[in-house]
Amino acid sequence: MLAEFLQFLFSGVTVGAIYALVGLGFSIIFNSSRVINFAQGEFVMIGGMATVFLMGGGLPMPLAILLAIVIATAVGIALERFAVEPARGASVVTLIIITIGASIFLRGAAQVIWDRNFHSMPPFTGDRPIEIAGATILPQGLWVLGCTLLIVVGLRVFFRHSLTGKAMLAASYNPLAAQLAGIDTRRLLLISFALASGLGATAGILIAPIALTYANVGVMLGLKGFSAAIVGGLGNPMGAIAGGLVVGIAEAMTAGYLSSAYKDAVAFVIILAVLFFLPNGLFGRPGGEAP
Amino acid sequence: MSGLWTPRRGGLIALASVIAVLPLFLQNAFHYDVAILIGLNAIVCVGLNLLIGYAGQISLGHAGFFALGAYASAILTGEHDWPPLAALLGGALGVGLLSFVIARPILKLKGHYLAMGTLGMGIIISIVLNQEVELTGGPDGMPVPSFVLFGWKPAGELTWYALVGGLLLATVWLALNLIDSPVGRALRAVHGSETAAEVMGIDTTRYKVQVFVVSAVLASLSGSLFAHYAGFISPAEGEFFRSIELVTMVVLGGMASTFGAVVGAAILTLVPQLLAAFHDYEMLLFGAVLMGMMIFLRKGLVPSLAQLLRERRK
Repeated sequence: MLAEFLQFLFSGVTVGAIYALVGLGFSIIFNSSRVINFAQGEFVMIGGMATVFLMGGGLPMPLAILLAIVIATAVGIALERFAVEPARGASVVTLIIITIGASIFLRGAAQVIWDRNFHSMPPFTGDRPIEIAGATILPQGLWVLGCTLLIVVGLRVFFRHSLTGKAMLAASYNPLAAQLAGIDTRRLLLISFALASGLGATAGILIAPIALTYANVGVMLGLKGFSAAIVGGLGNPMGAIAGGLVVGIAEAMTAGYLSSAYKDAVAFVIILAVLFFLPNGLFGRPGGEAP
Repeated sequence: MSGLWTPRRGGLIALASVIAVLPLFLQNAFHYDVAILIGLNAIVCVGLNLLIGYAGQISLGHAGFFALGAYASAILTGEHDWPPLAALLGGALGVGLLSFVIARPILKLKGHYLAMGTLGMGIIISIVLNQEVELTGGPDGMPVPSFVLFGWKPAGELTWYALVGGLLLATVWLALNLIDSPVGRALRAVHGSETAAEVMGIDTTRYKVQVFVVSAVLASLSGSLFAHYAGFISPAEGEFFRSIELVTMVVLGGMASTFGAVVGAAILTLVPQLLAAFHDYEMLLFGAVLMGMMIFLRKGLVPSLAQLLRERRK
């Protein structure tokens, strides 16, 4: 009984951490630009696919991973420069459609540049399951949790103690006031897209050895990351982490105890439930709409 | 007689003329097929435009209602031998009730939360259609019997074209009347400022719910017709991506422009047909077109063109 429960919990926390990383990306971009970036899932895809193909080209894994993150970050910066920046001041719906256009474009590009097949990636270190109280966890699962923890701590330090991080927080509370205080909000926008795309790619690389990676892998991962961001309260980075874990664990429990067919629906049922009863998410501040 | 040429009636007559003249230019079954699909999409978009363009409430889940209408027709006529018209109306009634029940809690949400709520609703519908294999045939889809109306069976492209064209005209007429009615004025007030509208004594929730239900029912009707016309239906019709396509049609044509919704539906139904020639590059190009159109024509085609014309006249 307990072993079974622990097993579901482990797998829930592992995917939950991935959703959290994707959700963090949503939150960071939303904070600096009030844009919901529906192409966030595509960074996850680029991370995984680029690593697989760079390794296929003969690069050693650490180098391939590093390069994949750089590629995804460059794409994120390009997205901001060439698609979001020219449309500044457009309505919420228009911006949503632009980022969805970008997501379709990136998926199409991935199919042309790479291919439409499913790819597996070797785990970072070994694949012998580790036993804990009757349940098992893959070493890659520990990598996912460890890296996520590291990133969360890193981001917290960045937002609390670095000048750029503080400027980003200030700009998210009041862009105009931040600008008056001499903060270059346009530069922050670029940084936030770079940060979010890097985070997405990292999530994609971490999960690729556990799940498979393919050109359309980002669709569901992106939507679930968005759910995580909303459950935690849009624009609240630490809320996105909690949201990701809630969604991941609920999903694993549903798949384990109820029905694996409706596993994918769980995130959206939670979303509707949270929105109906707590319209600003678990930890959100009111006013999730664009100003 | 001056009333005859109010922009509203002028537009209706223009649309009717286009629908009447178009068959002269349609050369083969494929052309008709595209025209019919444009009409079916336009019916959904005219309804969705009432919600997005006039009431200012976004929905990223309307393909779900379209698919529900389609499956209602498919299941009721195929498995339970209902007459197609009864199945179509039954589906519309069911979707109307469902949308009425969800409307209240969901329309309380605003901005991005509303987008997420409707998106979640649409995805849940699509997952159910995929998973209830016994009922819906699952991802493989299911066949749909042909449409029969009191013994009359629309066969051939021209008949379907006329049927869909007539329905589109009726829908546009209905939408234009609704916009000019007190309901339409109330909706525009809600779009302008919900708080101000409430202060003026408008029951904003009631109007928002009404227009949500109207747009859902129109999507369901169009879905039912599509099912009978295509003779086959799969959960792909209710996917998230289809919902986005519908919203894009409305935004591209021009929000708060009923004829814009029709134009948007026409363009976005045509683009993939044209891009199909590029095979592997189809998706990449479609994404690029979507981004480009939204960046450069963010007010939408019809309002942008109308503005250009007005400036020329001056």
